[in-house]
Amino acid sequence: MPADRKDGRIVIVGASLAGLRAAEALREEGFTGSLTVVGDEPHPPYDRPPLSKQVLLGQATADTLELPMRWDPDAEWRLGVRATGVDLLAKRVMLDDGESLPYDRLLITTGTRARSWPNPEEGTLDGVFTLRTREDGAGLAERLTARPERVLVIGGGFTGSEIASACRELGLEVTVAERGPAPLVGALGGTLSKLAAVMQRNHGVDLRTGVTVTALNGNGSFTGAQLSDGSRVEADVCVVALGAVRNVEWLADSGLAAGPRGIACDAGCRAFNMYGIVTDDVFVAGDVSRFPHPLFGYQMLSLEHWGNAVEQAEVAAHNMVSPGPLQRPHLAIPVFWSTQFGLNIKSVGVPTYSDHVVIAQGSLEARRLAMVYGYRGRVTAAVTVDMAKSLDYYRHLIETAAPFPPPPGALDRAIAADIPIPSAVPDPSVLSHGPTVALTGHLPDRRLTVV
Amino acid sequence: MDSTTLLARITAYASRPDPYPLYAELREAGPVVQQTDGSYLIGTYHQIAALLHDPRMSADPRTRGEVTRKPPFLRLDDPEHHRLRTLATRPFGPPHSPGRVDGMRDEIDRIAEELLEPFEVGRQVDIVDDFAYPLPVTVICRLLGVPREDEPLFRAWSDVLVAAADVRPDDESAETDKAGDQARMEMGGYLLNLAEQRRGEPGDDLLSAFVNEADPALRLTQEELAETAVLLLIAGHETTVNLITNGTLTLLRQPEHLDRLRREPELLPRAVEELLRYEPPVHMRERIPHADMDVAGIPVPQGASVILALASGNRDPQRFRDPDRFDPARPDNQHLGFGSGIHICYGGPLARVEAYAALGALLPHLGTASLVQDPPPYRQNAMLRGPRHLPIHL
Repeated sequence: MPADRKDGRIVIVGASLAGLRAAEALREEGFTGSLTVVGDEPHPPYDRPPLSKQVLLGQATADTLELPMRWDPDAEWRLGVRATGVDLLAKRVMLDDGESLPYDRLLITTGTRARSWPNPEEGTLDGVFTLRTREDGAGLAERLTARPERVLVIGGGFTGSEIASACRELGLEVTVAERGPAPLVGALGGTLSKLAAVMQRNHGVDLRTGVTVTALNGNGSFTGAQLSDGSRVEADVCVVALGAVRNVEWLADSGLAAGPRGIACDAGCRAFNMYGIVTDDVFVAGDVSRFPHPLFGYQMLSLEHWGNAVEQAEVAAHNMVSPGPLQRPHLAIPVFWSTQFGLNIKSVGVPTYSDHVVIAQGSLEARRLAMVYGYRGRVTAAVTVDMAKSLDYYRHLIETAAPFPPPPGALDRAIAADIPIPSAVPDPSVLSHGPTVALTGHLPDRRLTVV
Repeated sequence: MDSTTLLARITAYASRPDPYPLYAELREAGPVVQQTDGSYLIGTYHQIAALLHDPRMSADPRTRGEVTRKPPFLRLDDPEHHRLRTLATRPFGPPHSPGRVDGMRDEIDRIAEELLEPFEVGRQVDIVDDFAYPLPVTVICRLLGVPREDEPLFRAWSDVLVAAADVRPDDESAETDKAGDQARMEMGGYLLNLAEQRRGEPGDDLLSAFVNEADPALRLTQEELAETAVLLLIAGHETTVNLITNGTLTLLRQPEHLDRLRREPELLPRAVEELLRYEPPVHMRERIPHADMDVAGIPVPQGASVILALASGNRDPQRFRDPDRFDPARPDNQHLGFGSGIHICYGGPLARVEAYAALGALLPHLGTASLVQDPPPYRQNAMLRGPRHLPIHL
């Protein structure tokens, strides 16, 4: 490695949000060496959140979502090329076109892909979609524009719920099949998931909970599905929204600590190898990473959040060009948002790292509230529904490990604000999809259960 | 000097031209500085931002039990505030009227150009009376649906109301408050009467939209309509006048930036953000804790008067690099010029459009202009700070 960390060769594998922001940040931090960004999609980095919202509603087309560059990263873009492996000793990234790229430092931002339907024959029926890429978004939007009789959404996580919301807004019949007790339960716990269920039903969604889809029917084209309760759903479009799979397979022989839960790294985004020893020259950021967070018991966190991709990429870039004592940790508090059924849902902290919740402001009835999550008597998360401007206050309570339940005095404080109820965070294995925040250690309200 | 009288010194008229050294003293004195009058003065950015988002802080003067009349939504708490603000937003902004403000751009440009017609080289003009005041007044009249000819009427009411809304530590204010209530009543009655004329015959204005709302659940009561209309009419011009005037003054004092903006007019939106940080029209807001609180380790009792010095937060070196420098291209400029939290300025989008239009049209006339008087005479108000006149020689 060159003595000057601001020079040399950096390769970024993964050309989506985290990869782009890291590339920009490297230049902002004064990196003057050669920079190569490898991406398996043929497009320059684009924004994904609109794919399940504006694109389906016809307010934007999938090919107009290119991410703006805040700073020209002056990089060589190797798009439409897949990385197939890393040789840590020779310091080279292998590509599927036979080439290999030498690096001094490597950043892995390969993110996730949609989990596909387990039966490939059924999953490739015409009319069956997943939603992760531009092509997915364009294809599904086109199919919805043709006004199908009914859409079946498998999985009631954020993506599934947003798709169902878009379908109802378009006036389409939609069925949501969720294995857990309610939509969003994996991300938000039991109480708010009840509100989510009411919202879906009030907006005309045919919501089926506690069921799994056992088979997709069709002869060439999708015609319907079989559910575990013996019922059948007739539909002509099916969206498989079963959560995400981390893109780590290409690292199988690399010797890095890469597995189904992501690539483990330290708080400074430095990857661990398979023996738990930190590497000096391989960094990880975005959805594919899992990192320890002191506010959540140093558990390894795996986040599928837009904001985390940006912030972690910036920390990784900083640390890649800074000497050890000037490196900094990625300790940002997780934040994400969703828009569905006319509600703005925002979350700060880790709702699944909780044993109890209180409604601190507003009410379920008013559809406007702040729910605060606590673990062993301190605040660990908050979720607001149409009350996003309170979020900063709760973020501060999380950052300072404030006592739970939160102090009294909020002006629109709910009557129930003093009575914590169990947060009812389910075991992820009972869900159809993954929660968007995965604690990759244990479930805090069932502390002895290893998951 | 004694930091417990900072509020009195800041609000003293002699400090009006340059309160910034006092704000620096305030930030030095700590995050929470109790005043001899019992109020708590807060001047650091992060503390102000935290309190603006704190659901325990009330904006409603009734929290202290001193008035019983329901105030406009600017001084209400959730959930009442949310309801009224949401109803007031329906005809004004997204999601129901997303193009409303943007659709006024051409009209605002035209108004600015008309006002600038008499601006000839060699003349002396008053930026306040000849430009910065009539522009937003014409715009807000058009938007609300108020006849422009009635301006002298509501200007008189507005002056009294704004005086009553000022921060006054010594509080010889019974007279001022009484006059304020009287003016509010008269102005509310006037606006209700105007709205009544639109019932069933709606025009393209907010009063028409309010009074002709079809859904009974989304209708304002008579009292709410009066309060809301008064608020929009006053807030819709009092602050924008100061934004445009402060902007002109700042640029005339720093000709290198004036030249740069003339060369690079595309910088204007960022320059306006910087003006909102550097010379904001609103210097202070008052909040009242709903419960006994601990603010940065200092106990602040329920019902206390907490004065958030937004303009001081805007110059906090802990938040902004080189904060006393006006930098029209400043990055990371999340100022407190429009406040923050649930009460973040309702009219912000309109104020921005007006400031771009006003300064954009005015800049070409300022090439040879000079200040006649520096500092210019300021208005009495410490909370809504700005020059009373800004005479310049073109």
